[in-house]
Amino acid sequence: MSGDEALVLRDVRRSFGRTVALDGASCTVRRGTIHALLGENGAGKTTLMRIAYGLLAPDAGEVRVNGAPVNLGSSRDGIALGLGMVHQHFMLVPAMTVAENVALGGRGRFERDATATRIEALGRDSGLALDPRARVADLPVGAQQRLEIVKALAHEARVLILDEPTAVLAPAEGAELLRWLRRFADSGGTVVLITHKLRDALEFGDDLTVLRRGRTVLAGSRGEMTEAQVITALVGEAGLPSALRARTGALTPSAGEPVLHLEGVDYIDARGVTRLHEVTLEVRAGEVLGVIGVEGAGQYELLRILAGRLEPTRGRATRPTRVGFIPEDRLHDALIPELTLTENLALATAGSAHGTLAWEATRRSAAEIMRRFDVRAEGTETPARALSGGNQQKFVVGRERHLAGAALVAENPTRGLDLRASAKVLDEIAGADGDPPPAVVVYSSDIDEILAVATRVVACYNGSVREIPRAADPKDRTPYARALLGAH
Amino acid sequence: MDALLALWDGAFGSAFAFWSATLVRTTPLVLVGLAVALAFRAGVLNIGAEGQLIAGAIAATALAQWLDVMPTIITVPAMAFGGMLAGAAWAGIAAWLRRRFGVLEVISTLMLNFIALALLSWVVRGPLQEPTGIYPQSATIVANAQWPFLLEGQRLHLGFAFGLMLAAASWYWLARTASGFRVRVVGAGPRAAASAGGVDVARTTFGVFLVSGACAGLAGASEVGGVTWALYDGISPGYGYTAIAVALLARLDPRGVVVSAFFFGALEAGAAAMQRDAGVPAVIVQVFVALVILGVLAGTHLRDRARAWRLVTRREAA
Repeated sequence: MSGDEALVLRDVRRSFGRTVALDGASCTVRRGTIHALLGENGAGKTTLMRIAYGLLAPDAGEVRVNGAPVNLGSSRDGIALGLGMVHQHFMLVPAMTVAENVALGGRGRFERDATATRIEALGRDSGLALDPRARVADLPVGAQQRLEIVKALAHEARVLILDEPTAVLAPAEGAELLRWLRRFADSGGTVVLITHKLRDALEFGDDLTVLRRGRTVLAGSRGEMTEAQVITALVGEAGLPSALRARTGALTPSAGEPVLHLEGVDYIDARGVTRLHEVTLEVRAGEVLGVIGVEGAGQYELLRILAGRLEPTRGRATRPTRVGFIPEDRLHDALIPELTLTENLALATAGSAHGTLAWEATRRSAAEIMRRFDVRAEGTETPARALSGGNQQKFVVGRERHLAGAALVAENPTRGLDLRASAKVLDEIAGADGDPPPAVVVYSSDIDEILAVATRVVACYNGSVREIPRAADPKDRTPYARALLGAH
Repeated sequence: MDALLALWDGAFGSAFAFWSATLVRTTPLVLVGLAVALAFRAGVLNIGAEGQLIAGAIAATALAQWLDVMPTIITVPAMAFGGMLAGAAWAGIAAWLRRRFGVLEVISTLMLNFIALALLSWVVRGPLQEPTGIYPQSATIVANAQWPFLLEGQRLHLGFAFGLMLAAASWYWLARTASGFRVRVVGAGPRAAASAGGVDVARTTFGVFLVSGACAGLAGASEVGGVTWALYDGISPGYGYTAIAVALLARLDPRGVVVSAFFFGALEAGAAAMQRDAGVPAVIVQVFVALVILGVLAGTHLRDRARAWRLVTRREAA
């Protein structure tokens, strides 16, 4: 069956406002294969597949399904052409039953018994058993995912697009899903597997396409490429502005007093999933600890425990009373866009303040932060939303450093910023001075950024944290990429 | 034209119209308007001010009956505090449901309005009914429990002064104090308030909910003590719902609440006169009020759009 093409995307471009998500991405998916679409966070994988499926219209480029060029308008078109998509965040109605969810999007009357029979038959044929009468909200995550696939199969999908399907599953469930996908492909179906897990892609992919910053940087069949090639394509050669690269190595690891200390820390989230297990970590004054990890590897919780925003379930965390924290989603977690800069400065101490607020003094501090950290805005009484992303982030960094001298934790601090603003923000975080200099922790999904600023690097994988020794060749990214995947 | 003149005369045409009609109707609207504005500022959609007002009115009446031998200096503060406590307690049910079970306050407060109405209907036919047991209303409260008038020969009463003081205090609270600032940040950005500011969001919204209920409860006490002197089924002609319009027109600013409450108070006073003198149904005024609210909401939206547009164009030019 192989040889003919189920899905072809050629030179696809797409922007959201001023952000370019896809800048000439291509992907050719052969029928009867598992096609792994790889890339780091924000590389454009999901956008590309949403275009293939018809959820988004491309600005330019060509989409072919089964050899015929199509002008995909809405998701219904994708379904009609035999495409099925399983989104990372499930598109299910939790209050409705399995049968009702499968029937959604169909036409005509809802025949409950007929649908139930069909789901049972599909379950027998495909090996994806489900109770048609169960309420979706009561199903475990793995079953909800099976339902998403059954939904697609019920609509006669022969090409399944799965967006990070194993991210939400326990390892055993994930392996089972991948084996099922293998059987589906062997029986003539086609699978596009969007993933940032290199190991899954290398093990199960017949063909690979690697996206970086909206472009296809590597494409071909698995057999024709080496692991090293794929890793290089994924993380890139140093693609950083010179301002950053010049600083690499300029920082000397100093051994000041320990500032942040975790001892045997476990964290179990509200759903009962263990996010961190037995983490012991120390960050000293003057150090810049780089943290790397794929989505959901535990860095989210690690950073918040270090910053005092979460308490460990077990173990001990020693921190200064106040740790500066720069969260990834600055417009929701760090700033209130409608409030002025002065008010956003007061926000950071709102939880512990008493009595009346000294607005005049706060205004002066805000002005001082704007001056010291080069925040470009009309004045301290400008609402935060009127600032550009870079200036917003400089204000957040300035505020956190102003309020917490001893320790600073930053999560993807350059997200959404252009290169120049990124370099400035990283400078202010990693180059933070003081007496003693602060202990700094930076997480970034961009390994180049971490290598540029960190004096030490740890990797999160599946809830554990492991230090990565510096490679002899500072340009060699292989040990970091391997650590991301949990390989030693 | 005659109708508009009658409307104007009814609201401002004479000293009596102004001091005894317009401002008397303004009083409960200031208090419930503040109740709604404070709750909305914290992102608490309390649309149950009506029920909280009724709870306050019931409590104030009961206290007035119970303390009937006490001097005014005891009875009136007791009615005011009792009304506030009852309003806060009534709101507290919804606040607790939200905190404990995540019940949407839009639904719970609305439902509690109906329960409060039923409760009112029961007490004026049961425990608080007038001694003859004929009419579904309470006995007139004793003179000691009637709230003092502020001006000789006019019906404007102490409740209005409470309203102005509470508006000033609310403004100061939101603008200057740490706990008032917490209310604002929780309303404007709950995630940032918790993550960047370490604010206990659940606690803050719970507290505001109670304060909001207390304001509405005070409105109920003030109506019984200053205007009706008795409790009966229709004690509130929907003040708790008009309050939502008052608060929105004021853009949730306590100072603005005084102004917009006055505007609605004048319209209601004028509408009554218009119906009486010009034979135009008061419903016309309600239609007008609804148009004003729609206009204000649309205007606010357009202004925000225009501002956003200016920002975008300025940034692109830069």
